[in-house]
Amino acid sequence: MNWIDIVTIMRDEWSIIGILILLLAGEILVDKKQLSMLIPIAIGLFVLHTAMSFIPGDKATLFGGMYRTNEMMHFMKAILNVAVLIILFQSYDWVKTTLLPNGMANAFYMLLFAVLSGMYFLISAGDFIMFFIGFELSTLPIAAMAAFQLKEMRSTEAGIKLVLLAGLASGIMLYGISLMYAVTGTLYFDGFLSAYYHEPLLVFGFILFLSGLAFKISLVPFHFWAPDVYEGAPIAITSLLSVVSKAASVFILMILLLTVFKDLSDAWKMVLYILAVLTMTIGNLFALRQTNMKRFLAFSSIAQAGFILLGILAGGAVGAATVIYFVLIYVFTNLGAFGVIQAIKDESGKEDMTDYTGLYRTNPKLSLVLVLALFSLAGIPPVAGFFGKFFLFSAAAGKGYYILLIIAVINVTISLYYYLLPIRAMLLRTSDTPIPTTKSGNMMRIGLLICVAGIMILGLYSPVYSFVLGLTQSWL
Amino acid sequence: MNWSYTIWIPLLPFLSFVINGVLYNRLPKKLSGVIGTSALGVAALLSYLTAGRYFFGTTSAEGYQPILAWQSTWMHITDKLAIDMGVYLDPISIMMLVVVTTISFLVHLYSVGYMSEEEGRNRYFAWLGLFSFSMLGLVLAPNLVQTYMFWELVGVSSFLLIGYYYDKPSAVRAALKAFIVTRFADVFFLIGILLYSYYSGSFKFEDLNNIAAIQAANSSIPVFMGLSALTWGLMLIFVGGAGKSAMFPLHIWLPDAMEGPTPVSALIHAATMVVAGVYLVARLFPAFHGSDDGFALHVVAVVGTFSSLFAAIIAMTQMDIKRVLAFSTMSQIGYMMMGLGVSGYGEEGLGYTASMFHLFTHAAFKALLFLGAGAIIHAVHSNSLKDMGGLRKYMPMTNITFLIACLAISGVPPFAGFFSKDMILEAAYEHNKLIYFTGYITAGLTAFYMFRIYFMAFWGRNRDYDHKPHDPVWSMKIPLIVLAAGSVVLGLLPFNEWVTSDLRPLHIHFDMMMAAASVGIGVIGIITAYLLYRKPSDAPDKISHSLGFVYKTVKNKFYMDELYLGIMREVILKRIAAPVAWFDRHIVDGTMNLIGNTTVGLSKGIKRIQSGDFQVYAFGILIAVIFFVVLFNYFIPTI
Repeated sequence: MNWIDIVTIMRDEWSIIGILILLLAGEILVDKKQLSMLIPIAIGLFVLHTAMSFIPGDKATLFGGMYRTNEMMHFMKAILNVAVLIILFQSYDWVKTTLLPNGMANAFYMLLFAVLSGMYFLISAGDFIMFFIGFELSTLPIAAMAAFQLKEMRSTEAGIKLVLLAGLASGIMLYGISLMYAVTGTLYFDGFLSAYYHEPLLVFGFILFLSGLAFKISLVPFHFWAPDVYEGAPIAITSLLSVVSKAASVFILMILLLTVFKDLSDAWKMVLYILAVLTMTIGNLFALRQTNMKRFLAFSSIAQAGFILLGILAGGAVGAATVIYFVLIYVFTNLGAFGVIQAIKDESGKEDMTDYTGLYRTNPKLSLVLVLALFSLAGIPPVAGFFGKFFLFSAAAGKGYYILLIIAVINVTISLYYYLLPIRAMLLRTSDTPIPTTKSGNMMRIGLLICVAGIMILGLYSPVYSFVLGLTQSWL
Repeated sequence: MNWSYTIWIPLLPFLSFVINGVLYNRLPKKLSGVIGTSALGVAALLSYLTAGRYFFGTTSAEGYQPILAWQSTWMHITDKLAIDMGVYLDPISIMMLVVVTTISFLVHLYSVGYMSEEEGRNRYFAWLGLFSFSMLGLVLAPNLVQTYMFWELVGVSSFLLIGYYYDKPSAVRAALKAFIVTRFADVFFLIGILLYSYYSGSFKFEDLNNIAAIQAANSSIPVFMGLSALTWGLMLIFVGGAGKSAMFPLHIWLPDAMEGPTPVSALIHAATMVVAGVYLVARLFPAFHGSDDGFALHVVAVVGTFSSLFAAIIAMTQMDIKRVLAFSTMSQIGYMMMGLGVSGYGEEGLGYTASMFHLFTHAAFKALLFLGAGAIIHAVHSNSLKDMGGLRKYMPMTNITFLIACLAISGVPPFAGFFSKDMILEAAYEHNKLIYFTGYITAGLTAFYMFRIYFMAFWGRNRDYDHKPHDPVWSMKIPLIVLAAGSVVLGLLPFNEWVTSDLRPLHIHFDMMMAAASVGIGVIGIITAYLLYRKPSDAPDKISHSLGFVYKTVKNKFYMDELYLGIMREVILKRIAAPVAWFDRHIVDGTMNLIGNTTVGLSKGIKRIQSGDFQVYAFGILIAVIFFVVLFNYFIPTI
């Protein structure tokens, strides 16, 4: 294991840390008045970084098992990169107008990339120490970012709530890890459980550990923080939390449950079953009565997380593939919706559903993007969201989870109702005081275009799913 | 023979959609109609060519063979399982091709005149093109996944068409209602597809219909409540079909959907989308027939028969001409379902042929009725029968074509409806006397309510109109004439040679007594309507008054809408959503507000942190953790 291996295998991590160091140096060296030039540099470097992450990775283990990677994990990181890239494009105008005058633009990018590197370590963790470092690194900076708009009380409140509740979740999780360590005597994932899975103390620790992850994915009943934080935080941070952070946590949850805790599957399947039913149903019922678009999408994304659990429950290479495929589509779909809300908010400062009435007259393109995204979230063919759900449900049906499937499908029907509300407001109604025609910047347009392309292409271009399935088959 | 050109039949309407949709504002107003109409015209010609080549060119001793005219693997899931997109030609899909392209072409042509004064015609023609494309894609599907996808696309495009008058709140509400009710049914459809395909291991129709092979491949198919999983799957699929085809109790969207433009009703709610459910059952007919001795087929028969009587009774009381036609459509589709439900396979497949035959003739005369009603509405600017009367003097052409359609639907020979309806009744008679009798009564009611609206609109009271009504312009007249001609002659087609359950010609015999009986009841219905409505009188009012409560119940459509609303309000909103909302508003928000208010005096910085909000959340999370821990320690010994 020489240093060249370390560099090539961990190239994603090195590259993002390199960008971080460059930005840090820029912050120190560049004249305060010239700081705006760092924005295109940050975005440009990250575009390169994202492009590089599409070079396939290999299966490897480093540092005596603390770090491990394979093609599937590499692909997961690429998905996260694309998601962060879209957020960078969509937040460009906001950063420029709101953060730059306060001198916080660079901090925004550095924190964002720190979160991303935390997610890398989370996914690639080979033991609980690495896992916990990644977990914290991918949570705490978000709390700082949520409180970015210091003048807005709700933003500050969101940051404080997140940091306090995340602290609680981390505490519970750490306690769980320590209990498991007490039973097994090891922190490494490999061979972790083999002999001890019948120990009650271990299961107790495992439940505490799982609660921490459930908190991060905001599964009901660990979701309490999510709506307030989503609503209070700036839109870019809400997208980061509800899309990227959720995607990374779902990935690691799936990796851990399907490999490390495989022997405990009888137990965690029951927990996941309950969590899935609660998450889908409660998330939906709350989403029904939201009028703020951000809060509305927040609850809808809670409900969507419930559907993902179906794929993990199904398990095996097929179940894992459906989870990754769903998350991939979810990234484009949800970011598309958030992007439109950001564009509207940037121009008019409005984010209530009633403000969207008659939007199609004034902003046909933006409203069509939102319609497409909402159709995809609702799972109406032939847009991508349908296939994501279709494969998840097929996987669950294949393992005989019929009752759960029926609950899921009923929830899809309920969700259809509230996804149609904004569509109805935009397309089929007229308003006396519509949002004026907005002209989004080029960066925002690129961001939305990527989302639209993703929504359209992922549904219609079939080799993507085969590719994902190939990855998970070689993993399991 | 080369059949690959058939892919253009669905693609042409799609092109019309793309052109009209993309060049939304740039296209001259007149051109959009021309593009749509000519695209559908060519598609219709291609369909006739295909029908001619197929029915006259491919006969063999084994009957007609299905042809996979075009295919492409669209989604490769595993080596065994792939989803294909394709064009599947067999007698019923070709029959539907002819029906859909013809009606769609005529509706396009009619719309050129009908919509001439509307703003946003390009949008209208774009949606029409999208709808025609989706419907053709549905008809030609070689597997259930393609069927489902186009099924949903049909739903979306009809949503857009029903809601075309978006400045009319009732139209928007109706569009939403139609979409949600049919989507609700589609949920069961999707579960049915997953369930059924899971055991058959394929989405393709030829595998799905081979029920013997499915049962042979799965030694143990689970049985639930005495029925195999296959039958359950088929019944769930039928729920989807019943939703689209407006069968009881999922019919509530159809009357409201009449808020859309009238040509749209003629296309969607008479000839194409609403018969998709019938088509679906016919597509899977061997499976329906073979699974558990055709239990699912009995369900189809009962639902169809009941819906047909139910809708006919309601239709007698409605005052809105389009709503009468809507309930009449529901009733006639019930007839088709009944025909399928009573059918056997092979030599006993009379019901199957009859049902498809009725679908075919019904498309002609029901589209004619809708387009005729459209001409009337266009002329008198009202939907209500109260505002009509004596129109025969002003609109002679519309009068004659409407009369032909009424005679056809009432089953008077030699008009088209007589042959197909008689065949259904004959099949029902051999299967089950109760079903036959219900269908027989319905035939009489049908004749009565159709001639009720005919006499009320064209005869009855002579009135003074502000604007003198007149026959429509030529682009609207031509479709009426073509469809009237179809309503006269289509019954003479030798359908039993072409469309049969086992693809071989079926021998039928014509029962003179049965025919006489069904003509008899139709004539009785017509005479009753003549006596009551030919001349203005207060007899109808007296009769309905004397029926009192019964009449009111029927006129309010048996209060089905109110029932659904009640369930929605009382159960879902009050019992489920309200407590959740209450919890959110009072406990979560309330705690925050309460504690927030009591600490107003404290410094601002502390206030937010100390709001108590956080404690409530943290408490909730800890409760959840404890719940799972307790659950597990209880659960552990059983691992």
